[in-house]
Amino acid sequence: MLAMLRRSFLPAAWLGWQVESNWTDPLLFIGFSILKPIASVLILVFMYKAVSQAGTNDPIYAYIYLGNTFYIYVGAVMAGASYSILDDRERYRTLKYLYIAPISIPLYLFGRAMARFITGSLAVVITLGAGVLFFGVPVDLARANWPLFFAALALGIVCLAFMGLIIGGWTMTIRNEPWFIGDGVAAALYLFSGAIFPLTLLPAWLQPIGFALPMTYWLELLRRALLGPGAAAFPSLAGFSNGQLFALLGGITLVFAALSTFAFRYFERRARELGLIDAVSNF
Amino acid sequence: MAPTLPRDPLTPLTRPPDTGARLFVRTVIARAYPRVIGQQREKAWIFFETFLPFLAMVGYVFVYRAMRAPEDYIGFVVMGGAMTAFWMNVMWSMSAQLYWEKETGNLALYIMAPNSLTAVLLGMALGGLFATILRALVILVLGAWLFSIPFAVSSFAQLFAVFGLTMVALYGLGMLLASLFLLFGREAWQVVTTLQEPIYFVSGFYFPVRSFGFALSLVVSLLPLTLGLDAMRQLVFKSGPTLGFLPVSTEIWLLVGLCVLFLAAAKIWLDKMERKAVEEGTLTDRRR
Repeated sequence: MLAMLRRSFLPAAWLGWQVESNWTDPLLFIGFSILKPIASVLILVFMYKAVSQAGTNDPIYAYIYLGNTFYIYVGAVMAGASYSILDDRERYRTLKYLYIAPISIPLYLFGRAMARFITGSLAVVITLGAGVLFFGVPVDLARANWPLFFAALALGIVCLAFMGLIIGGWTMTIRNEPWFIGDGVAAALYLFSGAIFPLTLLPAWLQPIGFALPMTYWLELLRRALLGPGAAAFPSLAGFSNGQLFALLGGITLVFAALSTFAFRYFERRARELGLIDAVSNF
Repeated sequence: MAPTLPRDPLTPLTRPPDTGARLFVRTVIARAYPRVIGQQREKAWIFFETFLPFLAMVGYVFVYRAMRAPEDYIGFVVMGGAMTAFWMNVMWSMSAQLYWEKETGNLALYIMAPNSLTAVLLGMALGGLFATILRALVILVLGAWLFSIPFAVSSFAQLFAVFGLTMVALYGLGMLLASLFLLFGREAWQVVTTLQEPIYFVSGFYFPVRSFGFALSLVVSLLPLTLGLDAMRQLVFKSGPTLGFLPVSTEIWLLVGLCVLFLAAAKIWLDKMERKAVEEGTLTDRRR
């Protein structure tokens, strides 16, 4: 198992880092890494400034800012798995070689996710720092609950990696227009996970989708860790304690771990049957 | 009566090859054709190009609801959401197109053929514009219906003029960017992906652009969608004029200026790229 980890996970993480970063010089890479998330959060900051008279102390402001900031990980780790498969299959055309190498493909995908986690973390740290320093996000770094923060962050990332495995496997089975899967799923989950607005604003019949998603509990835990009790100002999850949220997140992660094992095997077999491991769509 | 013999395939066609304006127009039509017809055949493409901007738009609508914003702001978001379809089309299907053609080996054929590269890009723009208008309309109609947007159009003539000028300037910018993207290698993908949100931000897709203050708003008005969106919002919503950046008539004249600027720049730069392709012989090399 350790040998497999050494052969699959570590080289994949290194390769992922190279693919993500070596297309330009380091300074430009950092600039590009932060431009998109900063712009995305600035849209929300300016929307807030355009309509709100309450200043940055309104709890909704921190809610939106932090939710959007940590959602970067969803795009990077989960949707990124879809892009890893497509990069390898269609752009670099190396997926077929990976399949004849003595490695574990799920571990390889986890390795690629690790690289995206690192680049995503860069964007998260800078966006969060900019929020605290320039945009009035009321996070007191000295009073934040760091153990809760890191424990929730780690559990959430593991869950996202399992979800990424499902998305990656699904991507492998699609011949035409596979590029949209990662983006489509991330965009849909953005809407239903309460990342930028409380779930209670959704129509009642859509709210159960949000409550079934791990990101809902994960983002709530991260907000509570950084903001303290003020984070629980919205009714959607106010009735849950931190321990309950953690248990829910842990339970959903276990479900996704099991689901991803079966789903990836199924998708992989399907891709082999359809001859899609080395397919090139030219899109 | 003598039997009709099949034509000898080696005998040249009697009709002379197209040249000049006729070749230009036929090239435009030929390149627009796959954009209009081909794209409609890709059902997944249609779905996702409509669905993704729609989802983002719905997200921002709920953000304004969470902030208890006035209803016209919801309308601003719906209109901005519809216009994102055009920006996505310009970036992915115009700006990055010649780069993709280089990757797939078609660019060399474009440059070798007797037609003008400008005609190829113009066809791409017209075809893309037509296909995108349909998607933007779906987003707009669905958004307006779902969120009961209160439209109050003050001048249809000005509205059509602003939309038309915005599209000409925007696709002119797309043509210019397409030639610039030829200079890129692997970073083209990164640039297109990375520029998406910053453009949504500086163009004020989801909030009135005058929130930037006068000086910055003027700078970002170099992007056609900034002025176009601002003018359209002023013409379509009751509170639009009070939240607008400049008077609509001024914005129309500025858009005319942008049309001339981007179309001329695109023509000059494309000619330069074609010359470079012939002189250096490296522009079509996909390893660069």
